[in-house]
Amino acid sequence: MEQTSSLSRRRLLRALAATGAAVMFRPPLASSQQARVLTKPIPSTDEALPAVGLGSWITFNVGDDTVARDACAQVMRAFFDAGGRLIDSSPMYGSSQKVIGYGLAKLNRPSSLFSADKVWISSGTRGPDQIEVSRRSWGVPRFDLLQVHNLLSWEEHLRTLLAMKAAGRLRHVGITTSEGRRHGEVERIMRAQPLDFVQVTYNILDRQVEDRILPLARERGIAVIVNRPFREGDLLRKLERHALPGWAAEIGCASWAQIILKFIVSHPAVTCAIPATTRVDHVRENMAAATGRLPDAALRARMVAHVEKL
Amino acid sequence: MSEWWTYSLSDFLLFSPRTYYRLFELYNLAVWPWQILAIGLGLVVLALWLRGGAWQGRAIAAILAACWLFVAWAYLLARYDTINWAASYFAVAFAIEALLLVWTGLVRDRLSLRPGRDVAGATGLGIFVFALFAWPLIGPVAGRPWLQAEIFGVAPDPTVVATLGVLVAADRTRWELLVVPLLWCAISGATLWTMQAPDAWLVPAAALLALVLAGWKTASRLRQASPA
Repeated sequence: MEQTSSLSRRRLLRALAATGAAVMFRPPLASSQQARVLTKPIPSTDEALPAVGLGSWITFNVGDDTVARDACAQVMRAFFDAGGRLIDSSPMYGSSQKVIGYGLAKLNRPSSLFSADKVWISSGTRGPDQIEVSRRSWGVPRFDLLQVHNLLSWEEHLRTLLAMKAAGRLRHVGITTSEGRRHGEVERIMRAQPLDFVQVTYNILDRQVEDRILPLARERGIAVIVNRPFREGDLLRKLERHALPGWAAEIGCASWAQIILKFIVSHPAVTCAIPATTRVDHVRENMAAATGRLPDAALRARMVAHVEKL
Repeated sequence: MSEWWTYSLSDFLLFSPRTYYRLFELYNLAVWPWQILAIGLGLVVLALWLRGGAWQGRAIAAILAACWLFVAWAYLLARYDTINWAASYFAVAFAIEALLLVWTGLVRDRLSLRPGRDVAGATGLGIFVFALFAWPLIGPVAGRPWLQAEIFGVAPDPTVVATLGVLVAADRTRWELLVVPLLWCAISGATLWTMQAPDAWLVPAAALLALVLAGWKTASRLRQASPA
């Protein structure tokens, strides 16, 4: 999911900065500017979430390297400054949780944080211990969202998470999958369980969830987090060899990354996309995708047709 | 893990190449000057190999076991574990290999080497020399900084490959000692290949060579042992 550095993107960004067109390039945004960030409601609570969040798969797994940890903290600072809220991680992601905790401490624990983590352990009885370790790594009093990672031992973990929510120790409950795996099971759980969130893979080329998962999420009032928006960077590397299409300007997109993100978050069922990055300029660029106009259904169809031809 | 066929190697890569190699940089700085001692130990193995002697096998086994234990503790547990949750399992495997080396080589004295005895002996010596002297150069040749060099007795790959050289050259193939090194070669090769490292082929190539030679030696021994 990490974005790649490319000459074309850098050139575009420089051009934007030079013309002063990129509001997101300024240091800490004023609250009036943050209000421009597109938000979407979590159906179960009506809480508004910015449509672009921050993933941590691979990018934040930097171990004890202080230099790299500081760089991650800078990415987080830029994310919050641009109005971002939701940061997503997992015990599966190596040191990512600790690195997020390090960054949050450096940033004096921004009150706007929406902490989204996962439980990922085959033993149901050891789930609570893992969740507690994760919570301490983040340094948060409680998580805003906990998800059963890749449906691993989901029956037992979901019981734990729902009990935590009932006790007021957790705000939202969800499940995750990726790369189109186990959609049948995801669907069955969405129908049977009181979920607040479901996390799936969705982008302009991987659109299987449009058939059943996304409509079901709307029907059941379940928020949708989208992972791997850039296919771990592969999609951007492929697209950045091509010039931006003319319609990009219609929706205020200055890069392929923004086109991809706007496509994702413009789906009515999608609540938030979570691109991951190690670069401050990329996180600003991603957050800018949560501003301005979104494509309508007709333009979304043109976007798909265009990208599929490349 | 259900639908296992839908997973690719990249699904299991938890870190970026930059983080992986930076780990070696920080590790090399942290354990300095162990690198000098480790290379010195490698030279002692080489001298014992070439000169023979009653304690040759025991001493070589003890040195290799010490190197495997050091890598298990100082690299896999103390460093790699910070970015790869599977590293603690790798450390256990490395510790098991160290114990097997102690048991087979030191306690039972079943590891002896004679230079230039056959193709396997000469190739094994070549593999060991390559792991000791050439391996630290691979990173810089591939464009990585010197501080990220991987050194025998300090980093896992050259330690494992050097051990393969010894095991291939030993008078008799000890398959029980080959299991962990060969498994590590598969894991490390897959990791480097997924990271698209230009030198990703080296570790699997060494493992394949060792496997072919060990198999050939075993087959030759069985042929000689069978009645005409």
